[in-house]
Amino acid sequence: MAVRTFIEAIRTALASEMRRDPAVIVLGEDVGVKGGVFLATDGLFGEFGPERVIDTPLTESLIVGASIGAAVNGLRPVPEIQFADFIMPAFNQIVSEAARMRYRSNGTFGCPITIRSPFGGGVHGALYHSQSLEAFFTHVPGLKVVIPSTPHDAAGLLRSSIRDPDPVLFFEHKKLYRSVRGEVPDSDFTVPLGKAQVTRSGTQITVIGYGLMAHHALDAADLVESEGISAEVIDVRTLRPLDLDTLLSSVRRTGKCVVVYEDNKFGGYGAEISAILAEEAFDFLDGPILRVAGPDVPAVPYAQTLEEWFMVHPDTIADAIRRLAAY
Amino acid sequence: MADASIGTSELAAEHGLHDEDLLRMYRLVVLARAIDERMWVLNRSGKAAFVISGQGHEGAQVGIVSSLRPGLDWLVPYYRSIAAVLTFGMTPRDILMAQFARGDDPSSGGRQMPGHYGSVEHNVLTTSSPVATQLLHAVGIALAAKIRGTGQVALTELGEGSSNQGDFHEGLNFAGVHRLPVVFVVENNGYAISVPMSLQVAIPDIATRAAAYGFPGVVVDGSDVLACYRAGREAIDRARRGDGPTLIEAKVTRLTPHSSDDQQTKYRSPEDLTAGRERDALPWFRQQLRDAGVLHEEREAAIAAEVKAAVDDATDWAEEQPEPDPSAALRHVFAERGVAS
Repeated sequence: MAVRTFIEAIRTALASEMRRDPAVIVLGEDVGVKGGVFLATDGLFGEFGPERVIDTPLTESLIVGASIGAAVNGLRPVPEIQFADFIMPAFNQIVSEAARMRYRSNGTFGCPITIRSPFGGGVHGALYHSQSLEAFFTHVPGLKVVIPSTPHDAAGLLRSSIRDPDPVLFFEHKKLYRSVRGEVPDSDFTVPLGKAQVTRSGTQITVIGYGLMAHHALDAADLVESEGISAEVIDVRTLRPLDLDTLLSSVRRTGKCVVVYEDNKFGGYGAEISAILAEEAFDFLDGPILRVAGPDVPAVPYAQTLEEWFMVHPDTIADAIRRLAAY
Repeated sequence: MADASIGTSELAAEHGLHDEDLLRMYRLVVLARAIDERMWVLNRSGKAAFVISGQGHEGAQVGIVSSLRPGLDWLVPYYRSIAAVLTFGMTPRDILMAQFARGDDPSSGGRQMPGHYGSVEHNVLTTSSPVATQLLHAVGIALAAKIRGTGQVALTELGEGSSNQGDFHEGLNFAGVHRLPVVFVVENNGYAISVPMSLQVAIPDIATRAAAYGFPGVVVDGSDVLACYRAGREAIDRARRGDGPTLIEAKVTRLTPHSSDDQQTKYRSPEDLTAGRERDALPWFRQQLRDAGVLHEEREAAIAAEVKAAVDDATDWAEEQPEPDPSAALRHVFAERGVAS
């Protein structure tokens, strides 16, 4: 068991999957000699060579589209979109093609690709290096969407994604890359897709988050503990398919729920969680389901003061918990 | 078509073929046309909601695709590829099953509009409607072929309208950089639905663009089946040798409206339509084979009768097959446990 940063966990899991399965290839912008702008693929080029670690031109649509074709012809591509903010040119390939290939062929063609992409704010990335884009993709049946929050889960979920027979969008929160460390087994362990995790037990309020927000939710639960509020925290981990059972069993017990997400509030992923819980757990609720999310401006601004204003903080979550606890 | 009297004419020998090959190609052009015409009859008689046609493209498709190796290579088609998919192994029944949207339609189980071909059995990749997306899949198939050393070639077809999409540029550029075993076939019929060439591009030939990607671009007369055959063979051989991609532009004609929901007399003049019909590969090829002594009245009639029987059989058989059960519509969103994927 080694203590690794989040980015080290990604890198070692990628390397171990490439050793395990010669069909796994990595392609994207700067993923080769440079090892990726965040060094997620550092060392892979040296170990596996230019045929399996491919520096592409600046062509997001090609990166995904060629991955789809390569997957059809026997490979397991792990394309990287350098920043989630730049995924838009590939949207058609992801949504019209990868997500629908199995359905539209009546189950005869599959598309086993895992699209990795760094996302999220709090890193001075401004409008185009900070976005949270999961809601665009969780809307689409046929795609799996994964957002790990710990080095352990990053490694285990990445392995499961690569081995999965269907397309997976694997979003990695940039702020976690080097700020979070944790124990990661040296084995080829996996963490199953579609399973949320209760990361803190509590009795009065359920707080649901993912990515950086899974950490902020834990911090917020600590903040309110001394005030006698017992908050349970759930890390969603796989946004789609959603582990509704874990969410429902918690909310039916606590009767109160705060959903936290970094993306703009209106129409964000947490809105869907909130709607589902309202439908499925209404009889158990003792207060409104609250959403703590980013403000509805087009993106994260750059200046320190503005970025601070945009981001969800543990304090903001704690305030929502207190408000809800008062019901 | 086993017939001891069929030998090797001068025309066939010129192309390194036997008369049997020429007759096979002729039959495919005739067959594709006959199925296509049947699809329109079904549409106009209320039995099929939609038709998208390959009429006018068949000669180019049969000629070019004939050199692909079934069972090894990949065909990444588009919605006018009816003759191409027949050449590569799909059957009249397969196509009529899609036209009737039947549950066992091998392309999509009745989920897609007709004309969205696909067959896992024949290495024909499933097709979507957004144009030019399929180029990148062909490039990826070729990339995997190169990495895995399979000796496969991927061939994809598109219209000239699609050549203005960004995916065209991204795909050809990457294929050129890595000298991938892929052939891009632009079937230029002069119209992107209603928009003529003059409003699509500022150059006369799409094939010119290949120069910007570092591989050959070839213009071929789509009404000349054997010229298309030569262009296809050369490009496919070149790809298989590891010498990289080719862009083939076949100048074809669109004999029908864009689809059954289009009225092309609104934007094409009677003269244009007449000129377009004169560029139909089918009568040209028929005459060429007659002149070469490959085709004579008896053989022609035998092929016509055999094709009619095949189309009738496919129509009747497909119509009798059950429609998809709505309970199946939830299936295959993701791989199903215990089902090979």
